[in-house]
Amino acid sequence: MDAPLSGLAPLVQVEGLRHVYRQGEGNVLVLDGVDLTLSDNEIVGLLGRSGCGKSTLLRVIAGLMPATAGTVAIDGEPVRGPASQVAMVFQTFALFPWLTVLDNVEIGLEAQGMLASERHKRALAAIDLIGLDGYESAYPKELSGGMRQRVGFARALVVHPKVLLMDEPFSALDVLTAETLRSDLLDLWCEGRMPTRSILMVTHNIEEAVLLCDRILVFSSNPGRITTQINVNLSRPRNRLDPVFRQLVDDIYARMTERPAGRPTREGVFPGTGIAMVLPRVSSNVLAGLLETLAAEPYNGHADLPPLAARLQMEIDDLFPVLETLQLLRFAEVAEGDVRLTEAGMRFARAGLDERKKLFAQHLIAYVPLAAHIKRVLDERESHRAPATRFRDELEDSMSEERAERTLRAVISWARYGEVFAYDEDAGVFSLENPS
Amino acid sequence: MDIRSVTAAVRTWPLSLGQKGALPNFYDLVLFAFIAAAFAALAHGSREMEAPLASLDLAPVTLDPIKLPEYALRTTLRMFAAILASLAFTFVVATLAAKSRKAELVIIPALDILQSVPVLGFLTFTVVFFMGLFPGSQLGAECAAIFAVFTAQAWNMAFSFYQSLRTIPRDLDEVSRHFRLSPWLRFRRLELPFAAPGLIWNTMMSMSGGWFFVVASEAITVGATSVKLPGIGSWLAVAIDRKDIAAVAMAVAAMALVILAYDQLLFRPIVAWADKFRFEQTAAQQRSRSWVYDLVRRTRLLRRISTPIARVASGLARLRLPAFGEERPRAVPGWLGKASDIVWILLVLAAAGYSAWIAVEYLRATLGPDDVASALGLGVLTLARVVVLIVIASLIWVPIGVWIGLRPWAAEVVQPVAQFLAAFPANVLFPMAVVAIVAFRLNPDIWLSPLMVLGTQWYILFNVVAGASAFPTDLREVSRLYRLRSWQWWRKVMLPGIFPYYVTGALTASGGSWNASIVAEVANWGDTKLEAAGLGAFIARATEAGDYPRVVLGIVVMAVFVVLLNRLLWRRLYTIAERRTRLD
Repeated sequence: MDAPLSGLAPLVQVEGLRHVYRQGEGNVLVLDGVDLTLSDNEIVGLLGRSGCGKSTLLRVIAGLMPATAGTVAIDGEPVRGPASQVAMVFQTFALFPWLTVLDNVEIGLEAQGMLASERHKRALAAIDLIGLDGYESAYPKELSGGMRQRVGFARALVVHPKVLLMDEPFSALDVLTAETLRSDLLDLWCEGRMPTRSILMVTHNIEEAVLLCDRILVFSSNPGRITTQINVNLSRPRNRLDPVFRQLVDDIYARMTERPAGRPTREGVFPGTGIAMVLPRVSSNVLAGLLETLAAEPYNGHADLPPLAARLQMEIDDLFPVLETLQLLRFAEVAEGDVRLTEAGMRFARAGLDERKKLFAQHLIAYVPLAAHIKRVLDERESHRAPATRFRDELEDSMSEERAERTLRAVISWARYGEVFAYDEDAGVFSLENPS
Repeated sequence: MDIRSVTAAVRTWPLSLGQKGALPNFYDLVLFAFIAAAFAALAHGSREMEAPLASLDLAPVTLDPIKLPEYALRTTLRMFAAILASLAFTFVVATLAAKSRKAELVIIPALDILQSVPVLGFLTFTVVFFMGLFPGSQLGAECAAIFAVFTAQAWNMAFSFYQSLRTIPRDLDEVSRHFRLSPWLRFRRLELPFAAPGLIWNTMMSMSGGWFFVVASEAITVGATSVKLPGIGSWLAVAIDRKDIAAVAMAVAAMALVILAYDQLLFRPIVAWADKFRFEQTAAQQRSRSWVYDLVRRTRLLRRISTPIARVASGLARLRLPAFGEERPRAVPGWLGKASDIVWILLVLAAAGYSAWIAVEYLRATLGPDDVASALGLGVLTLARVVVLIVIASLIWVPIGVWIGLRPWAAEVVQPVAQFLAAFPANVLFPMAVVAIVAFRLNPDIWLSPLMVLGTQWYILFNVVAGASAFPTDLREVSRLYRLRSWQWWRKVMLPGIFPYYVTGALTASGGSWNASIVAEVANWGDTKLEAAGLGAFIARATEAGDYPRVVLGIVVMAVFVVLLNRLLWRRLYTIAERRTRLD
């Protein structure tokens, strides 16, 4: 990454960061070779899909998690254990439900051992700054989501952190509330009233990143790496409808749907290969719905992703797994920020229920190795039955327990739709017979 | 109405049933060996101390009505002493288990088994032990009675607190570490409030169960030692000896008043207060209510008293107590950690082997295989009683509970009554039943049995009421729309709907019945002795005779039965309830 222009030491310096999550016998590489600098007076966004390790990176910087390798320094001081120079805002707000707004805001000061009168004054100032006047004695459960997150901001700002870390702070809020909170935050930032020197935020919302950040670091998944840095040189306040803004959003979509070089187009959509491929849980209803939408007017089998996402009101975390599943099943192709239905995809969209199921089943067996594997085992066995644990153990050799469970669940639900094989939940047994 | 608190409590599993793995494992055997050996050692030690005990001279308990309030107070004070001891135990032991993996490996299975050991079995040894500790003083007997109540409460409470500590939401844990809360501040601001609803509910339920044991443990005879501590239990014992039915009635009335006061002045206010700690980001629609709590909240006087206390507390909070080491997340063990775990487990195993050997040696000195066989046989008899009674109680209370639960007005009336009845020590009522059995010359083998569920059946009732009240309205409407036939309605709609609640209630009732068997299978009325064949009577008789090896044998056998029943039946039912009744 570029060094800051001034000769000063960067505010946050991350070098050669690597994080391995140990799971049973296997290890999962979450972050690999991450370098990052954060200078004074900038908002930097970490943009990526869920599970790409960006939240882990934020926690490593905050000192909540030790990295497996690499260094983190804040203002020249290496981070060991929870860092006092930073404060974090959480996606889930993370407020203590049994404490009032005031007590929640004071918690960081209380931990510093500050006198009650002094921390009272500071907390009231922060509450005032963030627009929570009058709510001091309320409990979090009495507040709306937006107000709760304001408490989260006040709690972070009251300790006057050098760096404010934000972990998807707006993603649990509805669209309007999130927008209000974003612009209030930007106003404070632009007016220089934030008692913090820099902001580092994690997001999976492309527009949000372009709206707020001076720099965007795009993360790839499995393992998490920073693939691209994008400087946003638009003046604030930024206009979402500005063609330059739109172009930037388009570019980022294109980069995020880029295939890693050197891999065949369709493989490597999901981490792992063969039966060890980690699959997302995507409902067959959503798959069918998206195919129908894409096949119909105005798309006619071809769509540009940003407007499609906007129309479906889906964030990339919702949309990408669906698209990638369609791609895996060879019902669609995704490239350069566009999606295009294959011939099979078009056929599926026009077909009736039975034909759809048949087509889906064919593609499932042909292109999802785990489904084919289970089917083969069931075919070979005399009883045409096999316990789920057999496959679960196989999966857990190469992925975490949680991912194995999710992958198995995904295959079960797709196989049920395609009537490829049945699964008895109570007994935990796969079989070929379908109750009729 | 406390229906919501009941449902909240249902979500925190009683016992360790939330844990995985139903079958008793090797580890249970290990812990069993320890506990059996501890009993054997206690029994052996207490035999030595027996001589000076007989000399203990208490002021005799008289059936003077003027004394009754004082006796009631003494009984109540014992309850409070026990609850304080249980809380202290909970905070120390559960915290240790939650923060240290090595401690956890031993503590949690131990708690699980200790929960299954009959409470009154402890009494035999602890009386002798504590009286030896304070020779010639009443304190020893007091400690023994308090300890009996403690053993009825502590394991459950510690388990609840441990589970809360292990399920602290990740984001709140992160906030606490992020803002570098000191361990003390973390305990005050995060761990205690988060654990409060579960712990308080468990404490209150344990205390309800505790009245039974405090009454049973006040008048004790172990071999040559006979103690009657001033209290309602001793009053009752004297009344039984003298066949004084009026005195028994007075004891029942006094107990009812005590329980009523406990329910109104303590249970309800505290549960209502604990509402504020419920971990829930949305405002509750239905709050637990208590007139006492509302009163307290409104009074200025109390606020004035509490302000300085709060000030002292916040001053204390600012004290930077020496940290017990940096708060660190529980790391996945590396090879070093694994190696030290193995060493630790080997040490535990070696100690367990030794303990088992001691226990077996102790029992073998006086007992043969015949004794074991007869204890097992009697265990089967008591098991049959427990099972039959729970089935009968279920057949009666499930339909009634459902009927009540589906009618909010009825639930509001019945729920507090059921909770009151559950707290009321049934052993105070035993003499009435015994008088009837004697008068009508009934067969004690059959007619003493209902006493075992007399006090515990209410758990089934109020859990079923809670379950039926919480049954989703839309599902009720669906079943009405499709005109489900009555049997179909029970089988497909209502029974699955209340199943988790029912399991909680039946489990509590079954555990309580095993405990009650020790006092229910043997009953006296003056010189008349009634006895039903069973493991409870076996233990009771051995206790009275001061036959320690048989007491140890009886306790171990009963604990084995209870553990097996828990693992083979209740835990499985829980797993089914958990899996079936969830939509996600």
